[in-house]
Amino acid sequence: MAIDIGGTFTDTVLLNRDSQIVATTKTPTTAKRPALGALAGATHVLETAGTDWQKVSGFIHGTTLATNALIERRGAATATITTRGFRDILEIAYERRYSQYAIDLVKPDLIVPRTHSLTIGGRMDANGQELEALDETGIALLVAELKALEVEAVAVCLLHSYANPAHELKLRDLLTRHMPDLVISLSHEVSPEAREFDRLCTTIANAYVQPLMAGYLQDFEARFRQLGLACPILMMTAGGGMTTLETASRLPIRLVESGPAGGAVLAARIAEATGEKNVLSFDMGGTTAKLCLIDDFRPQTARKFEISRAERYIRGSGMPVRIPVIEMIEIGAGGGSIASVDRLGRLQVGPHSAGSDPGPAAFGKGGDKPTVTDSDLTLGLIEPGRFAEGRLQVDPDAAQRALAKDIGGPLGLQSDQAAFAVSEIVDESMASAGRMHAVESGKDLSNRVMIAFGGNGPLHATRVARRAQMRRVLIPRDPGVGSAVGFLFAPVSYEVIRSRYAQLDTLDIDGLNQFFASMQAEAEQVVRAGAPDGPLLQRRVAYMRYHGQGHEIEIRLPDRELTTSEIGALKAAFETEYSRQFSRIVPDMTIEVLNWGMSVYSHAPAQAPQSETQNSHPAVPTGRREILCDVSGEWRAAGVFNRPDLPPGATVNGPALIVEAQTTTFVSADFSAAVDGQGNIWLTRHEEAQK
Amino acid sequence: MIQSDTRLQVMWNRLLAVVEEQGQALIRAAFSPIVRECGDISAGIFDAQGRMLTQAVTGTPGHINTMAEAAKTLSAQFAQSEMEPGDIYMTNDPWIASGHLNDFLLMMPVFYRGTVIGYTACTSHLVDLGGLGMGPEGSDIYDEGLLIPPCKLVSKGEVNALLLEIVKANSREPIGNEGDIYALIACCEAGSLRLTQMMQEFGITDLHALSDYIIQTSRRGTLEAIADLPKGTWHHVLKVDGYDEEIELHAALTIAEDHLLLDFDGTAACVGKGINVPLNYATAYSVFALRCIIGADIPNNAGSLDPFRVTGPEGCILNAQSPAPVAMRHTLGQMTPDLVYGCLSQALPDKVPAEGASCMYDLPLRHAPEAVDRGDDLFALELVFNGGTGARPRLDGLSATAFPSGVWGSQVETTEAVAPVLFHRRELKTDSGGAGRFRGGLGQHIELSASKDQDLMLFLSVERIKNPAQGRDGGQDGAPGRITVQPGDRSLPGKGEVRIRSGETLIFETPGGGGFGLPDERSPEAVHNDIRSGLVSSDAAQSLYGKKI
Repeated sequence: MAIDIGGTFTDTVLLNRDSQIVATTKTPTTAKRPALGALAGATHVLETAGTDWQKVSGFIHGTTLATNALIERRGAATATITTRGFRDILEIAYERRYSQYAIDLVKPDLIVPRTHSLTIGGRMDANGQELEALDETGIALLVAELKALEVEAVAVCLLHSYANPAHELKLRDLLTRHMPDLVISLSHEVSPEAREFDRLCTTIANAYVQPLMAGYLQDFEARFRQLGLACPILMMTAGGGMTTLETASRLPIRLVESGPAGGAVLAARIAEATGEKNVLSFDMGGTTAKLCLIDDFRPQTARKFEISRAERYIRGSGMPVRIPVIEMIEIGAGGGSIASVDRLGRLQVGPHSAGSDPGPAAFGKGGDKPTVTDSDLTLGLIEPGRFAEGRLQVDPDAAQRALAKDIGGPLGLQSDQAAFAVSEIVDESMASAGRMHAVESGKDLSNRVMIAFGGNGPLHATRVARRAQMRRVLIPRDPGVGSAVGFLFAPVSYEVIRSRYAQLDTLDIDGLNQFFASMQAEAEQVVRAGAPDGPLLQRRVAYMRYHGQGHEIEIRLPDRELTTSEIGALKAAFETEYSRQFSRIVPDMTIEVLNWGMSVYSHAPAQAPQSETQNSHPAVPTGRREILCDVSGEWRAAGVFNRPDLPPGATVNGPALIVEAQTTTFVSADFSAAVDGQGNIWLTRHEEAQK
Repeated sequence: MIQSDTRLQVMWNRLLAVVEEQGQALIRAAFSPIVRECGDISAGIFDAQGRMLTQAVTGTPGHINTMAEAAKTLSAQFAQSEMEPGDIYMTNDPWIASGHLNDFLLMMPVFYRGTVIGYTACTSHLVDLGGLGMGPEGSDIYDEGLLIPPCKLVSKGEVNALLLEIVKANSREPIGNEGDIYALIACCEAGSLRLTQMMQEFGITDLHALSDYIIQTSRRGTLEAIADLPKGTWHHVLKVDGYDEEIELHAALTIAEDHLLLDFDGTAACVGKGINVPLNYATAYSVFALRCIIGADIPNNAGSLDPFRVTGPEGCILNAQSPAPVAMRHTLGQMTPDLVYGCLSQALPDKVPAEGASCMYDLPLRHAPEAVDRGDDLFALELVFNGGTGARPRLDGLSATAFPSGVWGSQVETTEAVAPVLFHRRELKTDSGGAGRFRGGLGQHIELSASKDQDLMLFLSVERIKNPAQGRDGGQDGAPGRITVQPGDRSLPGKGEVRIRSGETLIFETPGGGGFGLPDERSPEAVHNDIRSGLVSSDAAQSLYGKKI
């Protein structure tokens, strides 16, 4: 069983022994006590499948609780302790404004005010050598200050602790002696990478949510145990792996953004099942769209992302957190994104969202602003009677009125033309975000397959794909609950990234092997707690760059000890990747490495066997609808098909709508659809339409 | 029917995305630390007449306007009839490109169906161009290194190998320079490819309609913003530290019905050191400052930039003529926003911030010359620190934050990992923000020394040691910058070369920003919070804010 608690809905999925989905449900998230909504969903799928708690042999949970606590500032009163002389790591940060022209810019609130930033004497150097002993005589004063501030948690980040954690460990011992109830996060445990500002932020975020998350996880487990759940509960992490409740309670920062990670895991799994080596996952929901590059069946990962941005989609406006994450580009484009006309007469869509309350104008719940969903309704792409499993009545007239008023009026357009324009703008911005993300990663979109899911992904997939010059799109089964399905295919895993500066030419191989051995021991201990049996896999990487560059390139290392004779091969691997990204190498430039990564993971559950390909045959529509064609800009009839009724081998020519309980797949006029043996819908763009 | 304005807007959005893509690709491939840390690059797309349609929003404002003008100059210099697909033109002429030799501009004609339909261009800061190197010590442009006049770098896809060899042979960092030039070439080519793909996708064969739409829409929006402003002419004089004597910068800002005119008449003449500023660069920062307040939401292009005009007498330090040395043109260039705001605040008293530290506090450290013989660590660091920004009409200034430049500061841990340098302290400097209804941002107090037994060389080119950031509307001045060496309390001037001996400590204090409004009007809660946070000492609060705390 997998349960994904999102901001609006809680998705629950039940899988059988053969990795087949036997039941899914979407229940409203119960924000005050999220476990209650989860229990409701769990009970529902067990009933649907006609089974009981004793038979549940695996349980995976993901939640936005940690993310929301950070965004809504519901964490513990937290202080920081840094090295004496460096009280203002947080205030000084990178000394920059996130928006060039904003005179009245306000910097992001980084949780801990200067009144709560304390220091202690003692100094390590960059090699981990102690320059000055920890000032143990200063502890009494520190304890008095912490007590006066009445903090519940403290984030400790001492300079170069990633190279030698002795002072942080000693400090924890001393503090615990005086204040046994104080929650203490040490920076070298949370994020052992160089760059004091990023490490401090990560440690603060962890300390801040730790009391809340530890309490939540304890309560969550108790409630499910009471019902008879016998198997261990594993938690989904931002890195796309699972971890134990114990690790999750200790390092809750690793749980943020785990829902979207589940979607990427699902897409990677489908990529592997279908043998597609270059994929873009496209997850479009009610508020945002998230895109992720997946190569060789692995979602692209990063070591850093931002939380609680002052301006949600502006990079650099938030608090950096350095943990292993599946890298996604997220933009404010979802079904609820609001369309408006700015003072230059330019049409804007998002990032503001009407959410689900009041929601799009068509929901009739008090929203009067036109949204992307209103535009899709007006274009004829959504069947009013079948929206959200038919549980939600939508009013196409209200959608048209809102579009006519806010967009049509100022731009002199009929409501259908306004809807068309909204679609053009929002689809373009999603395609642009995807292209930009690919460029930043040194990759190209045009030869990729798009795997689209989320409530609005299948509806916009062909329109976005065309703009991104992509020819093929895959819509998996149960696209509406994609993230939760992805949880079920995640391995138990743990990744450590640690700093250790080295130049390739003068690499200390023995020292490096020992360094990796200690990372491996740390990671294995965590993974074994969640995967006691079976073989473990590992993945070692180095983040390399030419001396003088800022951009690092991830290079895979052999998953074992290195020998001196292999340095040449490492250099060659870097040069191959570098020239792939930049078309050439820089022959005599020194290659350096600051960060090294080690992940240990269990085998993911086996893939269901591939069914035979079926003979293709055109499907018969159950009806027709008038839609405004996104290719010709003219109204024309589109076939309507019921997805559950389409057998493997069924083909459909665009324009067409393939409807299922939680979403609709729109097949544009220049695409055709085919259902494969797994029930995936493949959308392919016609060659002749590309000229 | 598809409404054509929406389609044009979609194409405009696409162009904006394409230049951002180009810019990012350039930053990732760059070798120069200033590019990596500050995004000191630009990328733009131009129509066939050389009018700028879009420009990437990158780290520093030094390319705003300069690129728009540079592409016009270059495209006028070479006949379109002689251009061929795959050609790329190049120059680093400070008076054409971006104010000093390190900035290289490349421009590529974009062909569609055999015709030049536009250009892509990009600029990036190269590490070293020979001469005396990056510093104010050159006495003319010839001392500062290699100048490449506008020329064809790539002909039909073939790089001019001799030209590249010349650039490499005249540099201390030949490999980095070669890498950066190839990155620029790739950036032009990528932009060109994306542009033609877009034209194909949207089924257009030229950029006329799109170009007119972008320029007219942006011009109209800018004129609307100008229409809201009071009309008239306002004067201001800003005194700056200069190299060895103080310098007066003069400006007169005229707000007319359909344009703004900034005139530097009265500004002091050029000096014998490389802090002179070509007009293109002074214009870039001045227009940036104006556009922060007037029409900030409109993207940079020929239409939005056109109503902003800047002039100054030839030979004044803000309109330096060749062969004046200009390597450190950013030192004073970054002061021009405070000069401009001195004028604009008279017209718009409740919109314009107080003066800030403004000039970046660069801390470039190198090994000493004898390090090679002694076997010491060889290194070169380009550290950048910042002071406080000026208080805003409704907000305090930002502490330790870059403005007007968009540079990123550095991290102690990464610096100590790559160079024999040890920091002893880096904290905000209490009481350095100018008092006022809204307080200026604080400067920093930084202490560092060599971590090994070797000397460090420092090349200073900073401002606001003699002339602190002034408050506005009754606000008080920020603390000046101060650079000293201990032991001995040796005070250093803001410009020139300094040796920090093994065992000595450099104390580097960046300036605070000026306050806005009378200190008496600051709310007691804000004063109390400043004291509690340690940003203002109790003693200073008593005397500055005259309140019982």
